[in-house]
Amino acid sequence: MNVIKSDIVVVGGGGAGLRAAIAINEADPKLTVALVSKVVPMRSHTVAAEGGAAAVIRADDSLDNHFDDTVSGGDWLCDQDAVQYFIEHCTEEMVQLEHWGCPWSRKDDGSVNVRFFGGMKVQRTWFAGDKSGFHMLHTLFQTSFKYPGIQRYDEFFVADLIVEDGRARGVLAIEIATGEMYLFDCKAVILCTGGAGRVYRKNTNAGIVTGDGMGLAYRHGVALRDMEFVQYHPTALPATGILITEGCRGEGAILTNKNGYRYLQDYGMGPLDPWPRPKAMELGPRDRLSQAFWHEEQKGNTIDTPEGPVVHLDLRHLGEKKILERLPLITEVARTFAGIDPVTQPIPVRPVVHYTMGGVASNVSTGTSMPGLYVAGECSSVGIHGANRLGSNSLAEIVVFGRVAGEHAAAYARTVPDSDGSAIRRQAEASAARLEALLQCESGERVATLRNEMGDAMETGVGIFRQASGMRTACDKVAELRDRYRRGIKLDDKNRAFNTEWLSAIELGFMLEVAETMAHSAYLRKESRGAHVRLDEYTTRDDDNFLQHTLATYAGDGPPKISYAPVVITKSQPRIRSYGGAGQQAVLT
Amino acid sequence: MPFDPTTRTIEIECLRFNPETDTEPHLQTYKVPFHDDMSVLQGLQYIKDNLDGSLTFRWSCRMAICGSCGMMVNGVPQLSCHTFLRDYFPAKVSVAPLDHFPIIRDMAIDQSDFLNKLESVKPYIIPKHDKPIEDGAYRQTPKQMDQYYQYSQCINCLLCYAACPQYGLNPTFTGPAALALLHRYNADSRDVGWTARSELTNSDDGVWHCTLVGYCSEVCPKEVDPAHAINQNKVNSTMDYFGLLKLLMPKGATE
Repeated sequence: MNVIKSDIVVVGGGGAGLRAAIAINEADPKLTVALVSKVVPMRSHTVAAEGGAAAVIRADDSLDNHFDDTVSGGDWLCDQDAVQYFIEHCTEEMVQLEHWGCPWSRKDDGSVNVRFFGGMKVQRTWFAGDKSGFHMLHTLFQTSFKYPGIQRYDEFFVADLIVEDGRARGVLAIEIATGEMYLFDCKAVILCTGGAGRVYRKNTNAGIVTGDGMGLAYRHGVALRDMEFVQYHPTALPATGILITEGCRGEGAILTNKNGYRYLQDYGMGPLDPWPRPKAMELGPRDRLSQAFWHEEQKGNTIDTPEGPVVHLDLRHLGEKKILERLPLITEVARTFAGIDPVTQPIPVRPVVHYTMGGVASNVSTGTSMPGLYVAGECSSVGIHGANRLGSNSLAEIVVFGRVAGEHAAAYARTVPDSDGSAIRRQAEASAARLEALLQCESGERVATLRNEMGDAMETGVGIFRQASGMRTACDKVAELRDRYRRGIKLDDKNRAFNTEWLSAIELGFMLEVAETMAHSAYLRKESRGAHVRLDEYTTRDDDNFLQHTLATYAGDGPPKISYAPVVITKSQPRIRSYGGAGQQAVLT
Repeated sequence: MPFDPTTRTIEIECLRFNPETDTEPHLQTYKVPFHDDMSVLQGLQYIKDNLDGSLTFRWSCRMAICGSCGMMVNGVPQLSCHTFLRDYFPAKVSVAPLDHFPIIRDMAIDQSDFLNKLESVKPYIIPKHDKPIEDGAYRQTPKQMDQYYQYSQCINCLLCYAACPQYGLNPTFTGPAALALLHRYNADSRDVGWTARSELTNSDDGVWHCTLVGYCSEVCPKEVDPAHAINQNKVNSTMDYFGLLKLLMPKGATE
């Protein structure tokens, strides 16, 4: 066993992990940081975020607006103390990224421009063309070279968390190039491993988004919170699930059905005029737009294609100049992957899974129930997204809470004395033996077989609309798949060097457990709220019984234990969540 | 119009190399059913999921932005997610690891040399003086952004290194993507790092090793045009030598 000692291990090199690593170094340059990632940082899924990051900057906006949009967007399941901290720190993080070189799009006078996103009262989204995540990630990655205290371990796959006396004390990782095992011995661990969208068959997510960090924490007894809230993004390409940014609608694109009708006016988003208008029609929130698509499909109003039913996202009226300047990536994506030129044709789109609102339960300081374990970004549930995340809040979240995680982990690590590490070494060896057994297993099923059955079961049972029988079926199916997984996965590849089949089998283990928390959390939430909408007898929000967070706790081979915890409400009492209606026409900048 | 959904079968010939068992790479061919919107990457994924789980290649975003899946496709450096089987059918398509890099396994190459070179160009803003966050963002006009924006689009996919004959002959050459990023920061109105980067720029392993073939810019999937960035810096490097650089640099950040 190779052993690498450092003060803090950051798992994941996306936006949250890089921001955390930089924050540790700025808090205390003497602390050593191991940044351990299964891909080279600039390959992380932050790279694929398109539309932008929310932060109040306009004179006609306010922190209260951002707070209200976030809390109402989350259908009052947000922890309001976390939201308050978040909205107060977004702008400074955007400015910090600007100082580090992020090429935010500008107005003619050289000041930063912002665009609309769904569910926003006022334009608040900082954007870099439609490659906002790409530019944020490369800015953070390239800036990280300035900090010699950050030691990168690129293409090291973290397969287990090492815990001693209830405290996070390290991680076990496989060096992908060689297949060798490494124990990273440390005083604090920050998980920044992203979401779990790949548990669904069709999604906007990169192949690496497999819920690893959620699974790592969950198996060691840290609860996963609000896992039933899975966001369907309303506009993705039907064949591949590739994302077509909400920024299109922020720039004025419209959605039409097979009759050329802007159907959102029939689902509480209207009236049509004046247009554009904040929080109305195509500037509504993602959960409502995805649900409207489902209704249109039921009514036979969607357009049939070989890739299934779609609606049209129409940009043509924006004109070629604006489309190419503001939306170059989606123009290229539509041309290459769908054979559609958005300058002259509407883009066929449908909702697909995009984001996991839930994650590893943490407090506003990113700490978890396990001392020494911190979480940030999509793998975490710090409490700002509630039952439905607002577009643009996730790119802001990764930098705001990435920094918080770095600073808090640094303060904690300074209080932890050195230890000889022999106990954690034994644990790491036991864990490595289990991984070895997975590699050498001589009988069983293919990874893809189980993965596809899981993806289909989740789409069918825990999709945009849910009912008890379908969710029960999904719970049972995932339990069956976990059982088959335990009985054996047969790998074609028994080699150690760059064995990605082995890694995908480990990822599948995480995904099955994360999927099970989603299905059970959904089944037991007997109400409709945000992205969790039921068709059975629980079609409305029930604040008396369910204004609370779901906690899913690991229970071995069986299903998770489900419990509930209160939501932190400081100043915004739950009320009816409404969009559309009368309002002022907005001027798009 | 949307693509033809008909399923046909194509042969994909893959270079195979396993460091634990092979001394030399060899070729292996798979028959893959495909429809018209399937990329070369999806063809490889089909093989991995259904035919041979040991076939090894990197991929992630499958939308040409993460830069993971570069490989030689019929001898041309390409992003495999961005290259379509329909364009090769009915002939076979051959895939191999990117030229000029050591092979770890099959299509997975060792990219550490590039990462070291990226670090060597100091790819971050070197400001005139530290600007407090409270002072807000720099002003940077669209015209000032134009000076560097194109070069900031590099996804580090390494296709340009596989295309660069100079890098193939002389691995110490800093190479197209890293030099494009060097120029990206030099040309940014917020940056005063020209001097800090000039030793590298002006060295043999910097811009002067480029022999102006231009194939790097041809294969770039993001229209970064590294060849132009390098040659701009040859001019800058010469002016620097004669003490005339001030006349050229697109500076003037306003705060």
